Amino acid sequence: MSRDRIAECFARCRNEGRSALVGYLTAGDPDVATSEELLLALAGKVDILEIGMPFSDPMADGPVIQAASERALEAGVLIRDVFALAAKVNSTCPDTCIVLMGYANVPYALGFENFSEQAARAGVDGVLIVDIPPEEGAVCDHALRKNGLHRILLLSPTSSDTRIKLASDAASGFIYYVSLTGITGAEMGEAAAIEQQVERIRSFSSLPICVGFGVKTAEQAAKVATFADGVVIGSHFVSQIPLHCNDHNAMVTALKKTASAMRDAVRKVAV
Amino acid sequence: MIDSIYSLDISHPPDINGHFGRFGGRFAAETLMGPLKALEEAFYEAWKDETFHQKRFHLLKNYVGRATPLYHAEHLSKEVGGAQIYLKREDLTHTGAHKINNTIGQGLLAQRMGKKRVIAETGAGQHGVATATVAAMFGMQCDVYMGREDTERQAPNVFRMKLLGANVIPVDSGSATLKDALNEALRDWVASCEDTFYIIGTVAGPHPYPLMVRQFHVVIGQEARAQCLAQTGKLPDVAVACVGGGSNAMGLLHPFRDDDVRLVAVEAAGHGLESGEHAASLAAGRPGILHGNLTYLLENDEGQIQGTHSISAGLDYPGVGPELAAMLEDGQLDLDTVTDSEALEAFKTLTRSEGIIPALESSHALASGIRIAAGMNPDQTVLINLSGRGDKDMNTVFDRLHDEIEGSKA
Ligand SMILES: Cc1ncc(COP(=O)(O)O)c(C=O)c1O
Repeated sequence: MSRDRIAECFARCRNEGRSALVGYLTAGDPDVATSEELLLALAGKVDILEIGMPFSDPMADGPVIQAASERALEAGVLIRDVFALAAKVNSTCPDTCIVLMGYANVPYALGFENFSEQAARAGVDGVLIVDIPPEEGAVCDHALRKNGLHRILLLSPTSSDTRIKLASDAASGFIYYVSLTGITGAEMGEAAAIEQQVERIRSFSSLPICVGFGVKTAEQAAKVATFADGVVIGSHFVSQIPLHCNDHNAMVTALKKTASAMRDAVRKVAV
Repeated sequence: MIDSIYSLDISHPPDINGHFGRFGGRFAAETLMGPLKALEEAFYEAWKDETFHQKRFHLLKNYVGRATPLYHAEHLSKEVGGAQIYLKREDLTHTGAHKINNTIGQGLLAQRMGKKRVIAETGAGQHGVATATVAAMFGMQCDVYMGREDTERQAPNVFRMKLLGANVIPVDSGSATLKDALNEALRDWVASCEDTFYIIGTVAGPHPYPLMVRQFHVVIGQEARAQCLAQTGKLPDVAVACVGGGSNAMGLLHPFRDDDVRLVAVEAAGHGLESGEHAASLAAGRPGILHGNLTYLLENDEGQIQGTHSISAGLDYPGVGPELAAMLEDGQLDLDTVTDSEALEAFKTLTRSEGIIPALESSHALASGIRIAAGMNPDQTVLINLSGRGDKDMNTVFDRLHDEIEGSKA
C-alpha cells in the first residue's frame, strides 16, 4: 500500500483543529447483510473504522461486545466475510481508515502471512490484536510489515515507562490508550487522570494517541477530544444493535444519529 | 527443616518471556502485562526465600497431609496380571485432590504481595474448593467463577465453597464451562489486579503461571520418586497422569524428566476421538493462542474454540499446559487417550479391587495405566497419579451406574 491513510487522517484532523473519531463494530453483527449496512453507515461518519473479528472467547470485552461476537458467530460469519466487509467499506468510503481488531487465535489459525495478505488486499490499514503485546510480536510483526499494515498497540493505566517505550518502538499508525483498568464498556475514569497519562505517553512517542474504553457520552467524547488525537467509541455504538433488533432501519438510523452526535462532539475542540 | 527430597532447583525453565520451546509465552492484554511482571518477580523472589518455603512446607505437611502415601495396589496388579501398579495417593490430601498443593503456594504468594482478595476459575470445583479453603485459612475474600453447567453437575462442591465463605459466580457466557469461567476470571482480574490475586488452577495461562503452578506441584513427583526407590529399590518404568490443563501431570512427571522413565499423559477421549466430542487437545488439536499462551487447542478451521466433552468436568478444557505441548513435540512425552466408558470401567475396577474410589479425572490415568501394565512383566512398575478422590463424582456415577449396581444386588 503506498498511501498512508492513517497518517493522512491525523494530519487532516490536526488541520481542522479536531480529534479523529474512531468507531467500532463487530463484523457480522447481527448478520452479514445488516452488518454491511451498519458498517457503511458508520464509515461515513467516522475517520477510522475499527472492524471487530468475532471470537468465541473475547477475554478483554465486556458484556456488550461479547454479545456482539456471539450474535455474529451464531449468524455464521467467517473470516472471509470480515475481509469482504472491509473491502466493501474500502471501496465505498475510500478516505475512511480501516483497522481490524480482535484476538490472536483467529489470524493465527489462518496464518499471519495469509491473514495479512488478505487484509491488505481488502484495503485494511492497520491491525490491533488485543492479546499480542510487543514481547510476542514475533508471531505477527513480520507479516504485517511485509504487507504494509500498521501494528496498532494498546497502552493502559498499568503500563510502566519501560512498557510505554517498548510499545512506542513496536507500534505504528497510532497508539490506543485504554482509559481504564478493566474491560470494554466499563465506566470511564477521571478525564484529568487520562489526560495526564496521555501526556506521559507523549513524552516517549510521537505517534498519535487515541483514547478508548468507556467513552459513552458526547460530553465525555468532547472532553477527551481536548487532549487526545482520537476518541474511540465501541460499546456505545454496538449497544444500538440489540436495542433495535427487530427493526433494521431503526438500527441504522439510531447508529447514524449516535455517530453524528459523537462527530459533533469531537469537532468542538477547535482552539 | 525441609526434607532433602524436595529439591528447590527450577529445572527445565522456560525462556525469559515464559516460552517452553515454541509454546507458552504471555499473550495477554496490555493491562495485565504489568501485573504479570510483578507476579513473576514476586514468585522468583519468594522462591529464593527460605522462610517462604518453610511456611509452605509447614502447611503442606501439617495442613495438607504431605507426604501422601505411595500405595502398592497388589490386588489390582494381580487382577491385571502385568506390571506392579503403584498409586500416588493425592486423593488423601486435605480437600481430596492435588489442587491444594498449588493453592497453598499461590495463597502464600498472595499474602506476601499484600493482596486481600483472591479469585479463581474452576471446572470440577476441586480447584475452587482448594482456593476457598486457603482463603478461609488466610482470611482472604474469595470469588470463584464456575460455568453454569459445571455448577449443576458438581453441585456438592459448590456448596462446599459456599460453606467455606467463598462467593461462587455462575458463568453463562460462551459454552458455560471451564474455559468461560477462565475468561470471566481474567475479566475480573483486568479490573481488579491492584488488590486481587488470581489463583489459576492449572499449568496454563500466561507466564509465570505455567511455571509457578508446576513448581508448586513437583512435590508429587519428588515424593513418588523417593518412595519408589525406597519401596521397590528402583525407579518406576512408566509414570502415568491424566491431563486437563496438566497440573497433576507436570507435578508427577517433571521430577522424572531426566530419568529413564516412560512418561505418559492421558487425555479425555469423551465419546471417542472420532465422535468429535472429547477434550483431547494434544491428541486431536493444533497450536493456537488462548488464555495467555500458545499451546494445542481444540478449535475449528476459523480459530474459534470448540466445545468439549468429558464425563469428568476437570478434564473438560479445550487447551493444555504449554510445557506439555513442548514435551510432546520434543518426544519427551507419550500420549494416551481414554473414553468416558473406559474411565468408568477403571473407576469400578479400582473401587472393587482396592476399596479406593477415585475421581473420574484420575480414572482416566488409571484406565491407561492398567492397559499399559497389562502388557508388561511382574517385575516392572507402573506409577499412576491418583490425583483425587471420587466423592465429588457421586451424582455423575450414580446416573451412569445406578441400574447396574442395583441390578447386580437382586
Ligand atoms: C482430581 C483431579 N484430577 C485432575 C484434574 C485435572 O487438572 P490438571 O490437569 O491440572 O491436573 C482435576 C481438575 O479439576 C481434578 O479435580
